[in-house]
Amino acid sequence: MLRELSVKGPVAMVTAGWQEREGEPGVVADPGVPVVDLALHRRADEVLAGDRELATAYKARQVKLKLMQDFYRVRLDHAEASLRAVQVRSAPADVLAEEWAASLELVRYIDRDHLVRCRAVHQEFDAKYKPRERFAMSKHLAELKAVIAPTDALVIAGGHVAVLLNRLALFGAIALVGDRPIVAWSAGAMALTERVVLFHDDPPHGKAISEILDAGLGLVPGLVVLPGARSRLRLEDSSRVTEFAERYTPAACVALDRGTRVWIDKGRIVKADQAKRLTDSGVLSPVERERPERGKTQPS
Amino acid sequence: MTALGELTRLPVGSRGGAVDAWIRGHKFPIVEDKRITFVWRGDADAVHLRHWVYGLPSSQSLAKLDGTNVWHLTLELPSGSRVEYKLEIVRGGRGEWLEDPLNPNRARDPFGANSVAHGSGYRAPDWIEPDPEAKPGGTDEIVVDSKVFGRRGVGMYLPARYKKTRRYPLLVVHDGHDYVRYASLKTILDNLIHRREIPDLVVALTSSPNRLGEYADDERHAQFIADELVPLLESRMAIEGRPQGRCLMGASFGAVAALTTAWRRPGMFGKLLLQSGSFAFTDIGDRNHRGPLFDPIVQFMNKFRADPQPVSERIFVSVGTYESLIYENRSLVPLLRGTGMEVRYVESRDGHNWENWRDRLREGLSWLFPGPLLLVYE
Repeated sequence: MLRELSVKGPVAMVTAGWQEREGEPGVVADPGVPVVDLALHRRADEVLAGDRELATAYKARQVKLKLMQDFYRVRLDHAEASLRAVQVRSAPADVLAEEWAASLELVRYIDRDHLVRCRAVHQEFDAKYKPRERFAMSKHLAELKAVIAPTDALVIAGGHVAVLLNRLALFGAIALVGDRPIVAWSAGAMALTERVVLFHDDPPHGKAISEILDAGLGLVPGLVVLPGARSRLRLEDSSRVTEFAERYTPAACVALDRGTRVWIDKGRIVKADQAKRLTDSGVLSPVERERPERGKTQPS
Repeated sequence: MTALGELTRLPVGSRGGAVDAWIRGHKFPIVEDKRITFVWRGDADAVHLRHWVYGLPSSQSLAKLDGTNVWHLTLELPSGSRVEYKLEIVRGGRGEWLEDPLNPNRARDPFGANSVAHGSGYRAPDWIEPDPEAKPGGTDEIVVDSKVFGRRGVGMYLPARYKKTRRYPLLVVHDGHDYVRYASLKTILDNLIHRREIPDLVVALTSSPNRLGEYADDERHAQFIADELVPLLESRMAIEGRPQGRCLMGASFGAVAALTTAWRRPGMFGKLLLQSGSFAFTDIGDRNHRGPLFDPIVQFMNKFRADPQPVSERIFVSVGTYESLIYENRSLVPLLRGTGMEVRYVESRDGHNWENWRDRLREGLSWLFPGPLLLVYE
């Protein structure tokens, strides 16, 4: 991927999604060019350890987001139950179609509401505590700028998507890399989208889950990326694929399985390799080039 | 032909010589679809199957196969059943209860061990076996100087990656030492954490020298758990210290202890994991058929049923369909749900035993404490 982008390195790497294992040799595959890990996980720990007020506010924000996620799940459970009810009732097809659409719209409303309120929590936090203007942060921001200066690209690995997203946002990492190309995979790619969608059709307690975690960094508009979709989603179940596609439309839900790549420039898909989109007809279809939109990056 | 038919089709006079080879050729008890055939070989006046499947006679006679010293009994049980049993061998008017010598499967409990029949469709979960890739959590034993109970030992489980700078949920397990001994709790915690199905947890393992008394809606027990143990742990260890991060768990009387403690300290414990709870109640009067040990439980349950209150936020309830307590547990669920609490209720084809409780831990713990599985995309 880096070769195709003519990146010879060095590249700045983010492995914060691996948490305590950040930067460990072997955690991510060798990209074949010199790498400097930005150590955002460690740096975040140091910033919070050195700024009690920020740490307290940060912790309170995370607790609030966790509680909001719990309540959001409760609302989703009820709304999804109404979808299931439509599936098992006998009624004329046009009535069922209308009721399905109404129930799905309820789910979509709950998703939108959650996303809006998550964004508001972050905006309030940023406005009140201005994390990137704080003394504890200044040393790290200076170091990051220096470390990034000689690099040709930013590479964002996967891992724990919430941890990764929080660290990228805390340091404003995307702004720090300027116009450099960004290569991201798995959780890294999810973090770059407008909304991070969590999903698993076979969790240990049995019930399929799809929910919005939070607003993403918004560099890749109109895409919901689904890493490891083949192992986590019942893609052979057309009704499940349809529901997924309809729920997040007009965004395109793209299965990002191993070997799948999507090139994005200025917010539009300019090239795709093996990437499949979940469609409302219940099948997967190849991702194709899209019309120009806002944005600027190249996740894969 | 059934496995037993291989013997019964032989002339009576030639069966005895065929028994050795027949026994070598089968696993016991013999499971054929929904039929489970229990077999004992030896000389006796009578042989009885002693089991704990509520709804079937607890003692059933094995028949002696003519021309042999083979005794047999076939039961039909639904797919996925798991049955603990012993064989009672009667000689000279005296019965002796034995584990089945032909069956290597055993389940241990505080009273000894039982033989276990795995019906068709039952498979012991893979997550109960030690996984060499799962980093084992640390264990320790602390002593709590309790004002109500004096010095009490409490076992502690700390996740392998425990760090003082992080904050972890706290799970308090009634009869915790028995859960470790008989329900593989430590191995299961290691495995589920390794699989990211539950988050890193701190677990307190409590035990009581008088569980039937202390667990039966006793204010002293609530004081020990809620006012002494939990505050002590939260002050000493890296624990979240909020209701959503606190869970009480228990089985049988331990489930009663969890529910009643939460009821006595509303708002403190956001999660409960209740297995085969001894939630005895009466609809008319207060006399119960289970004996005086249940009297305080019946009083509590009758009070709770008359005015159900949201004692927690999420409750996982499990019970075996072969338990006499199935009725009490089933009827409790709508009451709990009616309060607004989130309730997940699971039945299994199993009895009132530790391996039933073991087999439900993955579903219960991962529902109460969803792990980072949903959040990790590598």
